[in-house]
Amino acid sequence: MRAGLLGLAGLLAAGAAEAETLVVSLSFSRLAVTSTYTGSSLAVFGAIERDGQAAARAGAYDIVVTIRGPRQSLTVREKQALGPLFVNRDQQKFGDVPSFLAVLASRPLPEIADPETRARLRLGLGAIVAAPGLTLARGGAEDPFRDALLRLRRAERLYVENEAGVRFLSPAVFRTGAALPATAPVGAYDVEVTLLAGGVPLARESARFDLVKAGFEQQMASFARDWSLPYGLATGVLALLSGWLASVIFRRD
Amino acid sequence: MRRSDNRMVLAVQFYLPIAEMPVSVLMLLGLGAAVGFISGVFGIGGGFLMTPVLIVMGIPPAVAVATQGAPIVASSTTSVLAALRRRAIDLRLGLVLVGGGLVGSALGVWFFAALRRAGQLDLFITLAYVTLFTVVGGLMLVEVLRGLWARRGGRAASVRLGREHPPYMGWPLRMRFPRSRLYASVIPILGLALFVGFAGAVLGIGGGFIMVPALLYLLRVPTGVVVGTSQFQILWTTLVALVLHAVQNQAVDIVLAVILIAGGVFGAQFGARAGRNLRADTFRLLLAVLVLAVDLRFILELTLRPAEPFSIVVAEGR
Repeated sequence: MRAGLLGLAGLLAAGAAEAETLVVSLSFSRLAVTSTYTGSSLAVFGAIERDGQAAARAGAYDIVVTIRGPRQSLTVREKQALGPLFVNRDQQKFGDVPSFLAVLASRPLPEIADPETRARLRLGLGAIVAAPGLTLARGGAEDPFRDALLRLRRAERLYVENEAGVRFLSPAVFRTGAALPATAPVGAYDVEVTLLAGGVPLARESARFDLVKAGFEQQMASFARDWSLPYGLATGVLALLSGWLASVIFRRD
Repeated sequence: MRRSDNRMVLAVQFYLPIAEMPVSVLMLLGLGAAVGFISGVFGIGGGFLMTPVLIVMGIPPAVAVATQGAPIVASSTTSVLAALRRRAIDLRLGLVLVGGGLVGSALGVWFFAALRRAGQLDLFITLAYVTLFTVVGGLMLVEVLRGLWARRGGRAASVRLGREHPPYMGWPLRMRFPRSRLYASVIPILGLALFVGFAGAVLGIGGGFIMVPALLYLLRVPTGVVVGTSQFQILWTTLVALVLHAVQNQAVDIVLAVILIAGGVFGAQFGARAGRNLRADTFRLLLAVLVLAVDLRFILELTLRPAEPFSIVVAEGR
């Protein structure tokens, strides 16, 4: 991550005379999760500001938007045959994996930048999952555990990639959006927008939004955390009372 | 697009505050009712059915294991109250079982933590399930079929299983349990309760499906009081486990609990009524078949080549 940013800083310094800057805005910065929450969708708006001396670019601008959910640590396990049984044998720990990932681009990623640039800037699900910092064990793209992580998360729709997700409204104004499934966890989300032209990164801007429990959900969650004994006893008493109530209601004799 | 279609089909969705996901209320009510029915018929808690289904639905395992105690407390309260009215319960025996069970649970919780540190907890649990289910279900099935065979041969089926008491009943510290027509040493009884509590805590189940056959076959408790007494023991050990889970893991979801209870208490009522109308040997046959069916599911999971060999386990940051 840091190496990628440093690389980008170097590139930006080289082209400082003809700098473009990005302005990014999200449709919300805080989303309340209530009892009727069934997911949501985020809209990202952006504008490219060119400074007066900027030379006309040969190619059009490209935009890649990456939305990252709260980090989590997880283990990917593989079942293998052990005699007649299939049991979890190999496993690989991942220390710092986004719980949600959406990559939205204005064009197919291989057309936007070459593989080295994509790997350095972590553009695309493949590049993010192949990043060396993700797991301590092994590296590179030939790792079945990284493949499995990507495949399973894509199947859950927690990792999505849309190569036609960014739409230019004018040559310098764009918009995009991503669906947040209800299973995407609460917490802080990062939105990172990268501007490229002709395979060269020009600018990067980020924004963030929070998914927070609100109202009843929030009260229950904090009650369970801060008053765990009364909470547990209340659940127990509730269960006992409902059992008693049922026996009164259904009493025949 | 597809998301909104789903919402219409599954009607009422509710977001769970602790599990942090939306669930279909109708589906959970149905699940609670089904498990409550089975639990009412057989005098077992039903945790060994409820927990895997909740996990399959996507509820985090810690929340599923912790919360499924609530509907079990509710339905066993109903069963115990009903059994008290019909005097189909041995409170004295029940109290001895609760005492042993709580000690066993504490040991089990400790062993569970040690096993998790050592890794391969999942494999151990599945193998333990298979072994336990095969032994318990198989023994019951053999016993029931032998009984049916004997009756067909013209011999009267005895109300009480086996005429002579096994030797361990005569060990020291004998105690009288008039309701169960039992005069036996408390050592095997406490040992049984200890084992059930231990296995229950390690496997995340109440242990009713071990307790019921053990009371029937090992302690020769009459069928009429087995269910009530087993439910009494389940009620107290599950209640303690529920509170402990809430305090230690903060994994009890009260909204999920309410939905499961609402379905479960109704199911348990009809289950208890259906159970009363069952003949004793039919009851045992059905319980054996149920245990073996769940057993088969675990065996298939262990031996069939999985379509997706990889799985993700997110570290519980609680």
